[in-house]
Amino acid sequence: MAVTGVLLVLFLVVHMLGNLKIFVGAAAFDHYAHWLRDLGSPLLPHTWYLWIQRAVLTFAVVGHIWAATSLALRAKAARPVKYAHRAKVQGSYAARTMRWGGVIILLFVIYHILDLTTGNLNPVADKAHPYANVVADFAPGRWYVTLFYTLAILSIGFHLRHGIFSALRTLGQQTEKGQRRNRAIALGVAVVLCAGYLSVPFAVLTGLVS
Amino acid sequence: MNLTLRVWRQKGPQDKGRMVSYQVTDVSPDMSFLEMLDMLNERLTLEGEEPVAFDHDCREGICGACSMVINGTAHGPQKLTTTCQLHMRTFSDGDTIDIEPWRAKAFPVIKDLVVNRGAFDKIIQAGGFISAPTGSAPEAHSTPVPKADADEAFDAATCIACGACVAACPNGSGMLFTAAKITHLGLLPQGQPERDSRVVNMLAAHDEAGFGGCTNAGECTAVCPKGIPLTTIGRLNRDFIKASGKR
Repeated sequence: MAVTGVLLVLFLVVHMLGNLKIFVGAAAFDHYAHWLRDLGSPLLPHTWYLWIQRAVLTFAVVGHIWAATSLALRAKAARPVKYAHRAKVQGSYAARTMRWGGVIILLFVIYHILDLTTGNLNPVADKAHPYANVVADFAPGRWYVTLFYTLAILSIGFHLRHGIFSALRTLGQQTEKGQRRNRAIALGVAVVLCAGYLSVPFAVLTGLVS
Repeated sequence: MNLTLRVWRQKGPQDKGRMVSYQVTDVSPDMSFLEMLDMLNERLTLEGEEPVAFDHDCREGICGACSMVINGTAHGPQKLTTTCQLHMRTFSDGDTIDIEPWRAKAFPVIKDLVVNRGAFDKIIQAGGFISAPTGSAPEAHSTPVPKADADEAFDAATCIACGACVAACPNGSGMLFTAAKITHLGLLPQGQPERDSRVVNMLAAHDEAGFGGCTNAGECTAVCPKGIPLTTIGRLNRDFIKASGKR
């Protein structure tokens, strides 16, 4: 859970930095997208780097889901008779919604790939100019896409807030002082990533990027 | 105070069990929760009914015998308090109070609110012994222990193995209990020789007993009557990673 989660968080950070290139301009954003395909060249042939990264990420996602599923099944088996009355004691919203939040994130990732990687669900689907695809995606007329995107990013934010804390604990964070730092890091990363990812659709929506 | 109790009644391990309502009247706010149940049981006995079975022993919050989920919270609404130290002034006249046993596969119900917590003994047994010479008490300064370590080890050692952590855990995990024992011995010089085998064997016994896995949700530490911190689970994880690397 923790190791695959850390890989995915690192990807989220790099992916967000790439997204923010949209504020530099259309040419820079498109150039970045093309550069990704030739990363590692001439050692690696065209798009090889991207496929290696996709393989690693797929491995991480599958491992993450496998670990989560086995934990959920163990939890179900560990309490065969449910409580008639169950209070929320500690009640961290993020901790309680990890499993269903994860399912929402998975559905979003599938949609996101069909939208902006393969282009099946994108109104423009111009592979040579990803900038145009993004702008078309979050056009004011397609407010429902922006709404779904926002909800998905917020789910990721909650998922990260508990997930990063939990991953660091699993990897052996063991002091009180470290725990306070750990919670601050988890909240900070979650907020920064949410802000970074949400800045793009709202910039398009408000006409800042067009 | 007059209260309505909804209590889990189950005749034996094989019985299906159900919630049964009882009215209790003239409850003093100064009674402990268990004294209130004693009062109900005296009445049930006089009426020829089977009294409600529940675990209790010291009634001063140090033995870990009492074990009830009160209105959905292990040991009831007051923090850092066992059921026996919970007083009726915490509740209001006219309240309905739900009382259930710990719910976990590893803690099967024996009768009513009494569960078998033998799974914890299995974990302790798996931890084995520490190599320490027996006989007369050693000179106190012969093995120096840093004050901070001694304090933290002592905090972990205050665990009374009541099982509230398991009862509260959304995963039915016994990780806080296991981690308290690992922390308690792992911080002291006397616990070092068997440190690696202890964590590996205790975790194996924990999983073997049918407890769930830990997801660091933190419900356990919120209900723990001794306030065992969640950081102990980090100590267990670190010890486990180190021990796994050496094998």
